[in-house]
Amino acid sequence: MAVRTLTINEKLVSAPEGATILQAARENGIDIPTLCQLDGLSTVGACRLCLVEVGPSGRLQAACVTQVAEEMVVRTETPKLREYRKMIIELLLTERNHVCAVCVANHHCELQDLAVKLGVDHVRFEYLHPHLAVDVSHELFGIDHNRCVLCTRCVRICDEIEGVHTWDVSGRGTNARIISDLNQPWGESPTCTSCGKCVQACPTGAIFRQGSTVAEMEKDRQRLRFLLTAREKREWLV
Amino acid sequence: MSRRIIIDPVTRIEGHAKISIFLDDSGSVADAWFHVAEYRGFEKFCEGRPLAEMAGITARVCGICPVSHLLASVKAADRILAVSIPPAAVKLRRLLNLAQIVQSHALSFFHLSAPDLLLGFDSEPTKRNIFGLASSDPETARGGIRLRQFGQEIIEALGGQKIHPAWVAPGGVRGPLSAERRTYLQGRLPEAISTVQRALGLMKQLLDRYPEETQSFGNFPTLFLGLVGPEGVWEHYDGFLRITDSTGNIVADGLDPARYQDFLGEAVETWSYLKSPYYKPLGYPDGIYRVGPLARLNICSRLDTPLADRELSEYRQRVGGAATSSFYYHYARLIEILTSLERIGRLLDDPDVLSLRYRARAGINQLEGVGCSEAPRGTLFHHYLVNEDGLIQKVNLLIATGQNNLAMNRTVAQIAKHWIRGPDIPEGVLNRIEAGIRAFDPCLSCSTHALGRMPLVIEVRDSRGTLLGTRRRDATS
Repeated sequence: MAVRTLTINEKLVSAPEGATILQAARENGIDIPTLCQLDGLSTVGACRLCLVEVGPSGRLQAACVTQVAEEMVVRTETPKLREYRKMIIELLLTERNHVCAVCVANHHCELQDLAVKLGVDHVRFEYLHPHLAVDVSHELFGIDHNRCVLCTRCVRICDEIEGVHTWDVSGRGTNARIISDLNQPWGESPTCTSCGKCVQACPTGAIFRQGSTVAEMEKDRQRLRFLLTAREKREWLV
Repeated sequence: MSRRIIIDPVTRIEGHAKISIFLDDSGSVADAWFHVAEYRGFEKFCEGRPLAEMAGITARVCGICPVSHLLASVKAADRILAVSIPPAAVKLRRLLNLAQIVQSHALSFFHLSAPDLLLGFDSEPTKRNIFGLASSDPETARGGIRLRQFGQEIIEALGGQKIHPAWVAPGGVRGPLSAERRTYLQGRLPEAISTVQRALGLMKQLLDRYPEETQSFGNFPTLFLGLVGPEGVWEHYDGFLRITDSTGNIVADGLDPARYQDFLGEAVETWSYLKSPYYKPLGYPDGIYRVGPLARLNICSRLDTPLADRELSEYRQRVGGAATSSFYYHYARLIEILTSLERIGRLLDDPDVLSLRYRARAGINQLEGVGCSEAPRGTLFHHYLVNEDGLIQKVNLLIATGQNNLAMNRTVAQIAKHWIRGPDIPEGVLNRIEAGIRAFDPCLSCSTHALGRMPLVIEVRDSRGTLLGTRRRDATS
């Protein structure tokens, strides 16, 4: 396999042809924040948190979907990137109703962790405060659109790993919503197998186990890694 | 010419309020109002949320007594799940509520009211606070602070954090007490008991020192309401409601808290965000009743713990059977701390608190539930209606301080009438009016489920409503 050599943050690194900047960075211990990306799922470049500067002009590229190239020069930590990433988190927080203190995923939330990590100590933009429903019609799980960041991890895991494609996205822009099947209550979905993978994939408290109280919804993302390894390598590593 | 006196803000209380005193043409007090100037809207924004989140959300009504809301909320949720929760969960919840009573009562007595009582109502206002107390009587101040800390430590040992512990859940609790924490808490108990016994000794001396205050601080007949257990024993978590009159006669007994709307009405006045509940059979405002420590000691047959029962007999001798003066709230509060500590000791000795069977799991089995428990300030009701999926459709919270609203108003008027003589009002008299409110240990953020700063204002107005003067102090005085 051809190898590409590139520079990330002044460090010379190599990566196989076809690898993404994100993969190359992680292989070399360089951390790039992500939210919509989840190992084992296709990448969509939706959240833009993994933006990096590429080339002398510092063109902004999403590291999760940009393939490495020979002599590529990448910067993952610049004042501009830090500012943009912070702004992305702020905009995500304003778009829906993220109330950490009473959220089922408090202390177990990737959005919350990112906000802390990126130093989001206040939000400069006006909150939209949309009136969004909670769907708890499913016997085991619930979806709270107030906490959804539209990362589509649930859509992809349901389609790509479970293979039933119960979830999808309807609408555009701020009207975009995760829907089950033909926009019917989750509990009436004819396709959902109640496997719970979307619950584990969801980075926030948007998809949760029924009856979860505040801060009780811990997500076990190792389960997804276990499933993938089992499927791809026929190895059941517990 | 008639005048109106305004006390704004009322200090050393939990919440934001002001008092208006109306003077007639001769300069005598014609009327007095206790206004609560906060609004929060919990009952509205909870609509649409899943039932399991309600405890966590409603706990945010108050940072002082989140535990009370957690318990009333999960009890309402237990009804909606239609479960009987494991015995260990009942004991752990009781332990949590007793700890909450200890810490909140300690805060009320030692931090907020002891400066008035021990330093004197007319003492220097800049020193009439917990810091002034700490320099004049360090043992009492330190003991009080440590007593409150003990209550908070139990809450933390159970719930993982002192404020808003998300540990109580519909169907039970989220975990047992650890053996290590239990041993630690058992070791802290004797000091806590001796602190409250010492404070009770001081309290009895104070009754002799303040006969006029005892007689004028909200001393009038009302009904008293609270929970009692089997045989009328003092209760804080379960049981039935009992109502007694000012002579101690039982007016109603064995009332199911779930049917509170049958016998309790909620009146609304235009000058306050705080609703005025009343006992329906007597109408508004004759159905005035008081809740909290004073009421609970009046309605119960006994406390069922040895040290506190001895104190209760002495209390009843001193107050003459049923206490009608709100000044005795302080005394009753200390006795409740004592019985709570004794009960905490009992529960810590119970092996069930370490049990691993602590939570019943169930779905939505009923569409309506009322949860009732005794908050430190009095009886608390949470009433929820949910849809088939368990999403909240309607919320009604009936808060202890609200139930004392009518009595607090009468207290303000009584103190003003008794102490105000002519147009020049000494600071010590204004402080007595505030202290009359403090005796109830009102929690205004709870009672209006409202957001706000702490302070209170006194306004003086004439009979045409013209503002003649305002007294304002900040929350630290």
